[in-house]
Amino acid sequence: MPVLFFVAVAVLFPFAVGPDAPLLARTGGGVLWIAALLAAILPIDRLVAPDIDNGVFDQLTLRGVSEELVLVVRLLAHWLSFGPLLLIAALPAAALFDLPAETLRTLLLGLALGTPGLAAIGLVIAALTATVRGGAALGGLLLIPLAVPVLIFGAGALARPDSAGLALCGAISLALCAVAPFAGAGAVRAARES
Amino acid sequence: MDPRLTVQDLACRRGDRLLFRGLSFALGASQALQVVGANGTGKSSLLRIVAGLLRPFAGSVERAGYVALLDGNLPLDEHLSLGETLAFWGRIDGVNEALDPGLNTLFDVPVRFLSTGQRKRAAIAQSRPRVGGIWLLDEPLNGLDVRAAEQLQHQVAEHRARGGIVVIASHQPFALPDGKQIDLAKFAA
Repeated sequence: MPVLFFVAVAVLFPFAVGPDAPLLARTGGGVLWIAALLAAILPIDRLVAPDIDNGVFDQLTLRGVSEELVLVVRLLAHWLSFGPLLLIAALPAAALFDLPAETLRTLLLGLALGTPGLAAIGLVIAALTATVRGGAALGGLLLIPLAVPVLIFGAGALARPDSAGLALCGAISLALCAVAPFAGAGAVRAARES
Repeated sequence: MDPRLTVQDLACRRGDRLLFRGLSFALGASQALQVVGANGTGKSSLLRIVAGLLRPFAGSVERAGYVALLDGNLPLDEHLSLGETLAFWGRIDGVNEALDPGLNTLFDVPVRFLSTGQRKRAAIAQSRPRVGGIWLLDEPLNGLDVRAAEQLQHQVAEHRARGGIVVIASHQPFALPDGKQIDLAKFAA
């Protein structure tokens, strides 16, 4: 699903801005980053909330499996569900925008480094909004401050082709992945009290 | 090791309401307790506090032994078949055989197609307690037919016979020979 969404954005964007090849080549990478970000938060309403509702977390906790461990596994599963496929889908999408080879290389590298961080953001938002009514709308708001650093350095590397931006993007992504299971576990435990 | 469950001077608050306070009891191997009380007196909250899922507002809970909880939830993946999703929990518990042979014919059926009673029986099978553990059951008879209810009472008796502790929260009569009974209404704040 997220990958289809990603490809749909890549297909529709040229229709929206018109057939201006230089413009598409210049903005295409950024558009693909936004599409990747949205693809990462597309399934957040099903990521954590159903398992809180039907007591899966309760039963795992009773069996001595910590919430943190569950969320580490879920983070990995969430990334696997869209990350690798997105990298493959980026190839035809880049062809649609006529991206130069150098830009495509930076884009793929940036997405490979950044998507784990985007998955972590999606997971934390899913856990935080699991018991909130209208959580999806709130999730969109929460996304903005969390996703900005990844986008600045990940998508920014497309404009300034040096490795510093990509390195920072990877570092932020790593930090997000490290924090997400603990933040998510706290949110799951807090959900029991509500 | 013998299981033990000691609750001392327990109080429970949900939101800004104090549900009960001053609740104490102690259970040892093979002992059973039925918690009764009207809706909203805190039976389910008590079981979740005893299970360690909710923090008590005051007082303490001491547990020795593995805890199994059966509540109103069905912690099974709706999209998988009953056999697959029960096998997931079986692998965590290290158990292979089904607790309820009556469910064997339903193993190929996706969980979302099960009836209310079948879902309850699946939940009972999922919550299977370890031998000599503490089994907490919240309204366990809801949705069960007469035969399944008898079967569950038999399972509970068997669990006790093997040294396990049982705590049941229900306003329906449940066969618990020599079981203690606590009326939560008497502890209302």
